[in-house]
Amino acid sequence: MISLTDVLALSGILFAIAVAGVFLNRKNIIVLLMCIELMLLAVNFNFVAFSRFRGDLAGQIFVFFILTVAAAEAAIGLAILVVLFRERSSIEVEDLDTLQG
Amino acid sequence: MNSGTFDPSLYNSGLVYARPEIFLSLAACAILMLDLALNDAQRRWSGVLSVLSLVITAVLVIVQPVSAKIIALGGLFELDRMAQVLKIVILLTVAAVFVYSTDYLQRRAILKGEYFVLGLFATLGGMVLISGANLISLYLGLELMSLCLYAMVAFDRDSGIAAESAIKYFVLSSMASGTLLYGMSIVYGVTGSLDLGEISSVVQNAGIGGNIGMMFGIAFIIVGVGFKFGAVPFHMWVPDVYEGSPTSVTVFIGTASKLTAFALAMRLLPEALGASQPDWSQMLVVLSVLSMGIGSIIAIAQTNLKRMLAYSTISHVGYALLGILSGTAQGYQASMFYMISYIVVAAGSFGMILLLARQGFEADKLVDFKGLNARSPWFAGMMAILMFSLAGIPPFIGFWAKLGVIQAVLGVHIAWLAVVAVLFSVVAAFFYLRIVKLMYFDEPTDTAAIGGSILMRTVLSANALLAFGLGIIPGTLLQICQQALQSGP
Repeated sequence: MISLTDVLALSGILFAIAVAGVFLNRKNIIVLLMCIELMLLAVNFNFVAFSRFRGDLAGQIFVFFILTVAAAEAAIGLAILVVLFRERSSIEVEDLDTLQG
Repeated sequence: MNSGTFDPSLYNSGLVYARPEIFLSLAACAILMLDLALNDAQRRWSGVLSVLSLVITAVLVIVQPVSAKIIALGGLFELDRMAQVLKIVILLTVAAVFVYSTDYLQRRAILKGEYFVLGLFATLGGMVLISGANLISLYLGLELMSLCLYAMVAFDRDSGIAAESAIKYFVLSSMASGTLLYGMSIVYGVTGSLDLGEISSVVQNAGIGGNIGMMFGIAFIIVGVGFKFGAVPFHMWVPDVYEGSPTSVTVFIGTASKLTAFALAMRLLPEALGASQPDWSQMLVVLSVLSMGIGSIIAIAQTNLKRMLAYSTISHVGYALLGILSGTAQGYQASMFYMISYIVVAAGSFGMILLLARQGFEADKLVDFKGLNARSPWFAGMMAILMFSLAGIPPFIGFWAKLGVIQAVLGVHIAWLAVVAVLFSVVAAFFYLRIVKLMYFDEPTDTAAIGGSILMRTVLSANALLAFGLGIIPGTLLQICQQALQSGP
């Protein structure tokens, strides 16, 4: 039997990987988008686990909404990425340095 | 949300309270369709219709009789006086923003219906958030607003810096949403409910104020809220986004989205987690002091007015947080007064940049304001009013706002915080007064006539005079804020 602690540990680890990915990644913006998705999935894990162990369905309903929003967010993120690529022909994180100060 | 049976009458009965939101969403859809039929010469009509629908929505909000807190739509929607006041402010602000933006967008050849439709949907998201009584509706409102804002920042497709600031805003803001959600999931796990009222009563009755899991959840929520506010150390996106996006979008982010962040903080912290106030107050003290300090000091070094106003926003957020962290009804009222007055002044300040901008000229450098008095004494006077208000010099409105939050902090006996706030407001006065000096005592480098339609000039003047009038007679707005938060949120 998987306990609540196990699931929470897993989601905590996933969340930490996602945050580390955003801050350590110096290469590619697409990886950043993947990290953001991973972060939302870690949250979903949390909600499902709490919902299951507390016997309350509301948490799982929230997960559906988060999944939907995550899809919309990915669409907008990729659209912005396309605009950026047309401007600079590059999606390297290092090239995002025009605005500073 | 916690009962197993589905009762449709519960959901129907409340629809009447959501009338303004329903009207605004229908109007936004209609304008989206109508815009397809317009050619570029007629595009202004989208703007006219958008402003009209915002004003009608505001009227619909005003006529709603709100005596006490109304919970509707199966516990997802909440209408109280605070929600009513904040909705009226956000609707009228966005209407003014649209009026300021139309000329600017046209001169840049980016007058598209998308700007207005996205703006309307973002406003709708803000209204949903302001009325959110459940973690789900808070999150959906927040995301509806944020998703529209990402697209608005990037919508000038030929501007390289707009795309760059959009991707920065997108990545950091999505991360903040993720962090906020993680905090929400922990609060849900500890309390077993998504409903703000139920969370509040569970936290209060079960005495889980100092619970370690709860502390963890609150910390994540503070990170998310702090980010949406743009408080230090979660401020890195603010200057880049303010500078990089078209000014017509900057003014939207600087006003409407800040008001929404305030509503988010009020719903999550005092309303849902009121019993854990000592825990989150400690964290907000850190954010507040850092925001006031770093915002005021770095703003001095800026030469770009949009960037300077970004750091000024950061420092003002620090002051607004002072009221929330004091945890008293007086503090919440002071904080609400601060946010509303700040938004009136900020809308006017960005409006001035939009007024001075011309074809191929942004007017976003400090030197562009040199000798404005010689070019247009009237608008130099209006800008001076706005800058004095931001600096918090009596009798302008910023003074009453700062006085209120400092009194709130003294009311809970954190004297050192009040001293810090006063000191940093002296530092901040320097860079606002520098603009007044540039306008009145320097020779103009640019002698072009001031543009802008009659309508825009009228609304901008009215905006600045409103800031002036509220400073002379602050009583009415103070009373509105007091009534809105009489017994706490």
